[in-house]
Amino acid sequence: MGEMEQLRKEAESLKDQIIVARKGFADTTLQEAVAGTAVVSRVQLKTRKTLRGHLAKIYAMHWGAGLTQCVSASQDGKLIVWDTLSTNKVNAIPLKSSWVMTCAYAPSGNLVACGGLDNMCSIYNLKGKDGNVKVMRELASHTGYLSCCRFVSDSEIITSSGDCTCILWDIETGTEKTIFAGHLGDCMSLGVAPDFKSFISGACDYTAKHWDIRDGNCTHTLSGHESDVNAIGFFPNGNGILTGSDDATCKLYDLRSDQELITYQDATIMCGVTSLAPSLSGRLLLAGYDDFNVNIWDALKAERVGVLAGHDNRVSCIGVSSDGMACCTGSWDSFLKIWN
Amino acid sequence: MAQGHQSGVGIADPDDDSPNMIVFRKIEDVVSRLQDEKEGGVAIRTVKSFLSKIPSVAAGSDIVQWLMKHLSIEETVEAVHLGSLIAAHGYFFPISDHVLTLKDDGTFYRFQSPYFWPSNCWEPENTDYAIYLCKRTMQNKARLELADYEAENLARLQRAFARKWEFIFMQAEAQVKIDRKKDKVERKILDSQERAFWDVHRPVPGCVNTTDMDIRKCRRERNPQRVKKSVYGVTEESQSQSSQPPSQPCRTSTKEDVRKEISFLNTQLDRHCMKMSKVAESLIGYTEQFMEYDPFVTPTEPSNPWISDDTTFWDIEARDPHQHRVKRWSFSLEEALKDPAGRDQFLKFLESEFSSENLRFWLAVQDLKRRPQQDVCVRAQEIWQEFLAEGAPSSINLDSHSYERTSHNIKDPGRYSFEDAQEHIFQLMKSDSYSRFLRSSTYQDLLLARKKGKSLTGKRLTGLMQSS
Repeated sequence: MGEMEQLRKEAESLKDQIIVARKGFADTTLQEAVAGTAVVSRVQLKTRKTLRGHLAKIYAMHWGAGLTQCVSASQDGKLIVWDTLSTNKVNAIPLKSSWVMTCAYAPSGNLVACGGLDNMCSIYNLKGKDGNVKVMRELASHTGYLSCCRFVSDSEIITSSGDCTCILWDIETGTEKTIFAGHLGDCMSLGVAPDFKSFISGACDYTAKHWDIRDGNCTHTLSGHESDVNAIGFFPNGNGILTGSDDATCKLYDLRSDQELITYQDATIMCGVTSLAPSLSGRLLLAGYDDFNVNIWDALKAERVGVLAGHDNRVSCIGVSSDGMACCTGSWDSFLKIWN
Repeated sequence: MAQGHQSGVGIADPDDDSPNMIVFRKIEDVVSRLQDEKEGGVAIRTVKSFLSKIPSVAAGSDIVQWLMKHLSIEETVEAVHLGSLIAAHGYFFPISDHVLTLKDDGTFYRFQSPYFWPSNCWEPENTDYAIYLCKRTMQNKARLELADYEAENLARLQRAFARKWEFIFMQAEAQVKIDRKKDKVERKILDSQERAFWDVHRPVPGCVNTTDMDIRKCRRERNPQRVKKSVYGVTEESQSQSSQPPSQPCRTSTKEDVRKEISFLNTQLDRHCMKMSKVAESLIGYTEQFMEYDPFVTPTEPSNPWISDDTTFWDIEARDPHQHRVKRWSFSLEEALKDPAGRDQFLKFLESEFSSENLRFWLAVQDLKRRPQQDVCVRAQEIWQEFLAEGAPSSINLDSHSYERTSHNIKDPGRYSFEDAQEHIFQLMKSDSYSRFLRSSTYQDLLLARKKGKSLTGKRLTGLMQSS
């Protein structure tokens, strides 16, 4: 008993010291630093295409590394690869389990992955010899639902799960290479760094964590949110981390200063954030909410500069294409929309 | 953590910080203020209509105005959207429609009784719904006539509950008796509130069901033993058993956990952090530099392929990098290497200087990291032979420290065997060949969009003039 008390005291004292040290580095706030910068002008994006074909709630979508293709997953048990320009379905892949919660497109364009309540990550080869899309691997070892997955390359993929861990897999052998444990709540989403050397995860313990892929260690834990962190993504410079939470706010953290830079919130926004994506320069933050809208924020000034209203149910996923030219939103209303 | 407060009637579990409860508390705060006539709430009054009176209603436009004024909303569209969200959860409802949205006109709305608020965690069973529809048919009131979809629902429930329909019928009769005892005006209000409750939990086909929960969240039931209460006080065996699987208990920290935490905190404390001002500066600098490349901020000149269905914009870009794109290669070596065209140009330049082995090594290591596990060993050794071994054909220049570490790593070849070497070579290219590349005539030609085919002397002269 005594030792536990001592250890706890030590931890608390360290936390206090860190708070003091952080204050020492906080010679200004982001808000003060951008006081002289003008807000970007109102952003008005229009729906250019509506992708119809899913028959139930869409839970996830992910752009390919190319300029026009993306993949979406719906609870109708289908994974669809779309050519967003023509709105044609390039592939419609039937899934074994219809309770899918996430999907991902490999940067090479050769593979897609998905997973959900089956606790597995299934990898599909889009460029098989006979033209048929088949399951290539089933990565099973998580003891909770698969909330998110992202390819590092055609050989490796990272998954996050309701069992509070993230795993780096070797796809070829179907084995776990590294288990990233530390979160105290379901991991809800993850994002890979632009240099592929690290990744970030958001969880129901209200925190976000930054992990080194190579040595498996958690290098930063970022807190401040008052509820589940549902969405996470890197700021394009690779140093900033954007998070979206059920507390109806988004936050920007920086790894170099190890603290929160700014919060994106408004008294009239009451519903949780489900998904987010920065624009190419990072100046704009697009976030999808439970109230069916997407709000566009000036990321530096933390002011709302636009709204995408077009879905008839929750916006569950959002993504910006690789050259920043288009934004795609997916919703529980079973439609995907392309905006720019 | 979120500060909780009791919502409406004290049935809610105060420890329930579930995502929905957070939203409900915010909405309930607004709704309470909306109804508070003393504190500037909306006008709720009895309206004369035809031969009867409509008690306790407010006009839609009044609600919209209130929201705009008290929540500082500038645009009507936004206020209507927020109002519709509140209506969709059943906190106020149109008195003559099953569809729960807010309209900015003279439509009349009534406020829901706190008893029926979503924060009371209602999950009404079909037996309750059956009792409700059944009792509606027992009352001879035009306003209580079943809508088509309700009649269909009733028929379906009659089939499903065929065996216990007598029980349901009796419960419905009992409810009718209770209702009859109430005052006429009170009954009008209560009937409408009850109907609005069912509009939330059994919505009109085509309307969004706001009680739909994200499956990832509803599995984290914090109180698995919570008994599902009946709207009409019906107790049944099936209702007293929870249908949710018990939630995983939160793991209590062990000494090992706390030790790990302490070690982590120590690393955090020792870590050198950047000052906020520097971080802000770098962020502002980055966004400024890339804003002209951001199509959402700076509209692109050639057409938008999603509007024009014309992909020539991309085709041209692929063949002949536009000045704009070439300029981006000068932002950093990372940016230059990110762009395949930039990579090619840099490689060509290095080849012309007979120093391409550095970049080729860097690219080979990048590729190694993406290879399947079974290829890694062989490929790593090939890279060693090509670039680092004694007498290697494309020998690169490493400092002795990195060389030692790499030769040690290569004994057990892996994906990250060349990390140190790659980082060293990258820094070398960055400080040396990269800056020369940016000053080179090839790069300058592309940047300034000078036509190819000029005489060699002409190029060199202009190149000289540019760099001086």
